[in-house]
Amino acid sequence: MTKNAAAYLSTRLRNGLQVRLKEIHTAPLISSWIWYRVGSRNELPGSTGISHWVEHMQFKGTPDHPGGILDRVVSRVGGVWNAFTWLDWTAYYETMPADRIDIALNLEADRMVNSLFETKEVESERTVIISERQGHENEPTFRLAEEVQAAAFRVNSYHHEVIGDMVDLRTISRDDLFNHYRKHYHPSNAVLAIAGDFTASSMLKQVREIFGGLPKVDPQNFEARPEPEQLGERCVDLHGPGETSYIKVAYHAPPARHEDFLPLAVLGSVLAGASSFNFFSGGISNRTSRLYRALVEGEIAASVQGGLAATIDPYLYTLHITMRPDRKPEHAIEIVDREIDRLLETKIKQEELKKAIKQARALFAYSSESVTNQGFWMGFSEMFADDSWFETYLDRLSQITPQQIREVAERYLRKTNRVLGIYRHAKDTNRG
Amino acid sequence: MAKVPFVFPMLDTKAIPGPESIKRWELANGITVLARENFASPSVVISGYLPVGSMLDEPGSAGCAHLTAQGLMRGTAQKSAQEIFESIESIGARISFSTGVHSTAFLAKGLVDDLELLLAVIEEVLSSASFPKVEIERLKAQQLTALAIRAQDTSAQAHLAFDELVYRDHPYRLPSDGYTESVQALMAADIRKFHRTHYRPSGMVLSIVGGVDADQALANTEKTLGAWSPGGTLKDFPLPPLKPLQKEVRRSIRLEGKQQSDLVVGAAGPSRFDPEYLSAALGNHILGRFGMMGRIGESVRETAGLAYYAYSTVSGGLGPGPWQIIAGINPVNEDRALNLIKAEIKRFVSAQVSKDEIRESQANIIGRLPLQLESNEGVAGAITHMERYQLGLDYYQRYPSLIAEISRDQILHIAQRFLDPERLAIAVAGPDRNE
Repeated sequence: MTKNAAAYLSTRLRNGLQVRLKEIHTAPLISSWIWYRVGSRNELPGSTGISHWVEHMQFKGTPDHPGGILDRVVSRVGGVWNAFTWLDWTAYYETMPADRIDIALNLEADRMVNSLFETKEVESERTVIISERQGHENEPTFRLAEEVQAAAFRVNSYHHEVIGDMVDLRTISRDDLFNHYRKHYHPSNAVLAIAGDFTASSMLKQVREIFGGLPKVDPQNFEARPEPEQLGERCVDLHGPGETSYIKVAYHAPPARHEDFLPLAVLGSVLAGASSFNFFSGGISNRTSRLYRALVEGEIAASVQGGLAATIDPYLYTLHITMRPDRKPEHAIEIVDREIDRLLETKIKQEELKKAIKQARALFAYSSESVTNQGFWMGFSEMFADDSWFETYLDRLSQITPQQIREVAERYLRKTNRVLGIYRHAKDTNRG
Repeated sequence: MAKVPFVFPMLDTKAIPGPESIKRWELANGITVLARENFASPSVVISGYLPVGSMLDEPGSAGCAHLTAQGLMRGTAQKSAQEIFESIESIGARISFSTGVHSTAFLAKGLVDDLELLLAVIEEVLSSASFPKVEIERLKAQQLTALAIRAQDTSAQAHLAFDELVYRDHPYRLPSDGYTESVQALMAADIRKFHRTHYRPSGMVLSIVGGVDADQALANTEKTLGAWSPGGTLKDFPLPPLKPLQKEVRRSIRLEGKQQSDLVVGAAGPSRFDPEYLSAALGNHILGRFGMMGRIGESVRETAGLAYYAYSTVSGGLGPGPWQIIAGINPVNEDRALNLIKAEIKRFVSAQVSKDEIRESQANIIGRLPLQLESNEGVAGAITHMERYQLGLDYYQRYPSLIAEISRDQILHIAQRFLDPERLAIAVAGPDRNE
């Protein structure tokens, strides 16, 4: 937290819009984030990728903000903006000079209900999104991640990538998109988080004026189909061109609200290095993590990374390994298994735990520094828990014990609980 | 919608880093230290560079400067690689080095209490890295993997091909990270020799920004990097002149198993020292950055729907960096996208940009300055930039007026100087279109 962090205000408007405001007076900037509780988790086969496509269409205009004007009104005053679609949510942000934040708020209120979804624009965006997916498909790591994710979730809608399946990108219609928009874009399905150089009371007044008149729509609860327990290891074996093989190991993991979530994050830090939950904040190196030492210093792999995502439903803890061209993936997998056995056999040392916690604290501090990051955190934590998740993060972290770490290792890092994916380059395939 | 009344953003120039808030010192061993306090922040950033880049690689040794920089943290006379990384990672800090043609940049970040420790590690690795053989072999293997990945990356291949077309007899042709053959041939002894010959404090620039007292930052720097013995000034390596393209040149690279092509079109642009550089930057903003990526984005992505990304970039440094238009497209649309891009270049060099275009881009560039200078990284980068290109410590305070004063005619002039629609380099990497 910064020394100048001051008033925080949390409320809900009559139409259901949740509002989170935080005053930060370090720079003449305000960051406004609007988060919708809709992402690829809400999609069924036939309409995969629709949430992401709707996000793209939100830049194509309303009667009051026609496409082409939309981006100019933000850019011409020095604002930056963007949008993201993920498993559980879609978020839009603008970081603006403090005296022009009204532009962003008016724009977001307008496109929450008035976007046009013109057929011509839908068709032009179809090819843009197909091109985006083709760009992903150029990467063997995307192809591997997509297959591993699909193998991990047979029932739950985390099954498909956010970008969607190509067949659906070819067939989704203008009306499908518009109906998805109508169903999910309304005040009671959104959180507005604003951080920066304002006084909370006058900002709340402005928010009420701009968003208060939007019609209330009764929220529809969405329960994703729970993924049945996995009873044995699942394997994915891909083959493709190039000289590099990759491994992706994905373990089913608890959701962000679960009491095992933070202990598993700390365990991940010991195993493969610390990483930030904030998508927009860099991490630190992982050279002293157990798997880096075993795999990279052991001269089997070129790199290894671990990652745990904060989600509504149980998702995945993943290890991603880039092989050295002359080594066999099986060798790396043996080493991963050996290191996980070591975690199960011997409790981690107190100093390893202390280090992991210090790393998490530092990353949390870095990821909270700008007004854009503060706006991010306030809304992001609401998407899978509530704002207390963010506020109590450091306290909960400091209470984790080596015993808890061993327990979560036993519970989650089992072979029967994982998908093992390998992308083999052509030479490795030919070598058999 | 009603037309938004148009005014340039008014900035409080006193809040912008300038001579009143930046302290600058020169240490006896030739290091320049700059510091700016930001007590709102719990962290501190150290960034800067040494004038040691891949231009200094011997013929046939491309990648040597890069491997040397990557090997700095892999052991010193006093500590092993593990001990060095343990000291950094255990406090949640990071230090990284990266190499360009002219320089090796570094970036370190940690919590405020750890500033002196970070500076001590930077000093230790710069002055006494030992490049143990076993570590260098591991590093080489990692680098060879990275090069194998590069060989399959359509964007990287298009950029390499572009550099080969534009910078034929010029050091900018060679990739800083080298080639498989050159990296394979490098030995620990080559790396040690490169380090011994070229690494010294003279010419190093260091900016420290964060929740630390500036005088304390200087004291910490003097105690650590101030102790690095001078070792003389580096010889100057002037860039050879660049011969401009005489006709359109093309290269096409085909890779198996790809779905998308990367297209890079352009020529060499102005250096950062060019008196018209800011006109190029503003012009480029109109061409391929403003809003959803300027005229290029509007034409290739928004109207034709041909690409997920389409934009342009001008990146002048000490020498004539490239001015490029970049797009990721479906292979069947390569020709269509290229024609649209060429039409936009033609338009850009044939007629002045409109009054609205220049005013909107000026307003964007001026208005986003506080955002650019919000983070410690942003401020440290800006301070290093001012020092490197001798712009004066009041440069960002003058910047809004410098941008506001640029005319449409100046943009047309610089566009015509560097972009000739008949003499472009066109590089594309993607799947075989006959597949």
